[in-house]
Amino acid sequence: MINEHLPALIIGIPLLAAFATPLISKINDKLRNIFVIGVLGATLCLVVSLAFNVFDNGIFVYVMGAKSTGLSLPSGYRMPIRIILEVDGMSIFMAIISSVVAFFGAIYSWAFMHKETGKDKYYTLLLILTAGMFGMEFTGDMFNFFVFLEITSIAACSLVGFKIRRGESSEAAFKTMVLYTLGALFVLFAVGILYGQYDALNIATLASRIQYTAMDKVALGLLVAGLAMKAGAVPMHMWVPDAYAEAPAPITMILVANSQASLYGIFRVCFTLYGLTISTHTVGWIIIILGILSMFIGVTMALIQKKIKRLMAYHAISQTGYMLLGVGVGLAVLSDANALNSYGLKAMEGGIFHIINHAMYKGLLFLTAGAVIYTTGKRNLNELGGLAHKMKFTTIFFIIGAAAIAGLPPFNGFASKLIIYESVYKFNPMLSIIAMLVSILTLASFVKVFQSAFLGPEIIKIKKEPKTMIFAMLCLSVIIIAFGLFPDIVVDKIVAPAANALVNSMQYIAAILGGA
Amino acid sequence: MIGNLPFVACVVLIILGLYTLIFKRNLIKIVIGLNLVQCGVNLFLITLGYKSDSVAPIYTMAGKEEMVLPTPQALTLTSIVIGLATTALILSFAILIYKHYKTADASKIRRLRG
Amino acid sequence: MMSKIVRTITNILYSSILIFGFYIIMHGHLTPGGGFQGGAVVASGIALVLIAYGYDTIKDWIKKSNLSILESIGGLAFIGVAFLGIGTTFFYNFLANSGTLFGNPTVIGINPGDLNTAGVLPLMSWAVGLKVLAGLGSIVLLMAYGIKKGDEK
Repeated sequence: MINEHLPALIIGIPLLAAFATPLISKINDKLRNIFVIGVLGATLCLVVSLAFNVFDNGIFVYVMGAKSTGLSLPSGYRMPIRIILEVDGMSIFMAIISSVVAFFGAIYSWAFMHKETGKDKYYTLLLILTAGMFGMEFTGDMFNFFVFLEITSIAACSLVGFKIRRGESSEAAFKTMVLYTLGALFVLFAVGILYGQYDALNIATLASRIQYTAMDKVALGLLVAGLAMKAGAVPMHMWVPDAYAEAPAPITMILVANSQASLYGIFRVCFTLYGLTISTHTVGWIIIILGILSMFIGVTMALIQKKIKRLMAYHAISQTGYMLLGVGVGLAVLSDANALNSYGLKAMEGGIFHIINHAMYKGLLFLTAGAVIYTTGKRNLNELGGLAHKMKFTTIFFIIGAAAIAGLPPFNGFASKLIIYESVYKFNPMLSIIAMLVSILTLASFVKVFQSAFLGPEIIKIKKEPKTMIFAMLCLSVIIIAFGLFPDIVVDKIVAPAANALVNSMQYIAAILGGA
Repeated sequence: MIGNLPFVACVVLIILGLYTLIFKRNLIKIVIGLNLVQCGVNLFLITLGYKSDSVAPIYTMAGKEEMVLPTPQALTLTSIVIGLATTALILSFAILIYKHYKTADASKIRRLRG
Repeated sequence: MMSKIVRTITNILYSSILIFGFYIIMHGHLTPGGGFQGGAVVASGIALVLIAYGYDTIKDWIKKSNLSILESIGGLAFIGVAFLGIGTTFFYNFLANSGTLFGNPTVIGINPGDLNTAGVLPLMSWAVGLKVLAGLGSIVLLMAYGIKKGDEK
């Protein structure tokens, strides 16, 4: 019985828990923490069971509010008008990332937010953010995607400005909110253009009716620009360092997954909605250029930073460039079946594998930075030193995270970066060399952070970090090492279905319109 | 007879809103610019559904059977609600910034730099 | 606290605004309106009383904790009614055309409007209306509180 309703339960249960949290907070604080962690753990189990369902049975279509996807008018004309949730390989891949990150964020928040006030609002917003991310990833309808995009924008910006005693948090939240809203308005304008031309909001119906007229080119440009604003790609990256630095550490981890959900939106629009009607070479090269700019500007701005979380936020921009590069190469050769089979599909698998790796190791790095800020109270690298003496666990986790992001074996960063290097080299050797240079600069900046924060004599007196924080970081490190030691199992089971689902847009359309 | 004039008016409104958003320095004026862009997009959505010589799409005591398209009106209503929540949030942050920095000039609020 | 004229007119108008707002919420499935619009009208009534009487008098009459409980009840009712239709699918309208609570059959075509139709929709309108009125009322009260605190420092 639960198996038929899985996607709706995955969105509905965090939303129901979010509205119940203020009432439960009035009873007891500890009960509310256990309630939130329990709800997120149950959602994780539901996502895993839906993953098994999708990998075995193919695309899962769920209709909200009716028995079938279409409506038969009395005259006999049948048209698809319902709001549907359509889960294929790529959607469930992103949902696995979101649920894992939200679960560990909630566990880490138990100790990290212990001394703050207004915690009931914090947990409510965290649950709404998670439900919004799931909605963005599961939906099969363009306007529904816009609504969930705005839900996550509002929840994320409230959490960025959560510490209202610092003036910098409000400044960061203001900047972030203006950029998020502007991006979402561009997306709404494009959805309006597409609706006005084809009288459909359903992604599958639009994909079957679309011809590539001049207004569709305008809509594609607006969609990619709006969604790239939320993902933190380079011309619109100004909000990323401020927002990631000022948010509390577990929220930064969930914000990384949020940015990747709008990256998923770009891929869904380019591959499934437009598909082969666009000149994939041009659009692919535009996405590759965005990726190269993000990689380069991200890492060079990161080398000169002095505050820990701001430095890591610039690295998040640069790693987003890797994902855009990998999938952009796949998009550029989409119409050429020979090149697609030899290296295009591999490049897409590398880019998509990098998404889950980045969520894991960037989350771990932000959690260690949060542990450093929690125990010492300082954010500037010039004032820190010698933390390895007292905080042994955090040092080990930081080493694991830094080695993973720099691409050292046997961690998972090496596996996905190697796939990207090899397949992009066959497309254009220059891009691969730039990617390798960026990786070397990444290693340089993390060596700088390690030396100045953790090595050396003890400068300041600190206390030990609490157990729940160590537990969350330990679980993420285990996942990093496991993905690094057995990358071929992960690529075969989880990543390859996602890449195949993006390339075969005909399957997506046929799941809704084929039966109608 | 009107042709494409309503659509041109919506785009002009959006461009005016973008100009205010980018070039003005007072925080409240930035919020007003954002609001203008929202108004332009909402107007665009409603204009999409227009059919000549039609009435509002409500069946209760309606005048005649020809009605404008109702779907864009539902989309616009959702967008207005979202715009309200967004504006309330941004204005709250503007109040907090004024409390901390004692100024509402966006070029002087530069503690996060680099 | 504004002058005597403003306060007297507010006393007369406040109940009319509340009734009008609830009317808009109730008839959402027949006439223009519905949950959000009616909730916004009621919240503007609360804002009117706040401006006429000043924040210090208001904070004993309209408490922020009561509004927070109303908001949670509205949200829970919305998702709860959506879950009740889980027999067929999520958000299924299980009361329409069924003969029970709001279950008269829907009339197709131009008609004078029957309040008893459209199943789950009036219930969800009430839930959304409660949530919007509590939410917007809280926003207005909290902004007044925040500005007053800022002036005191």
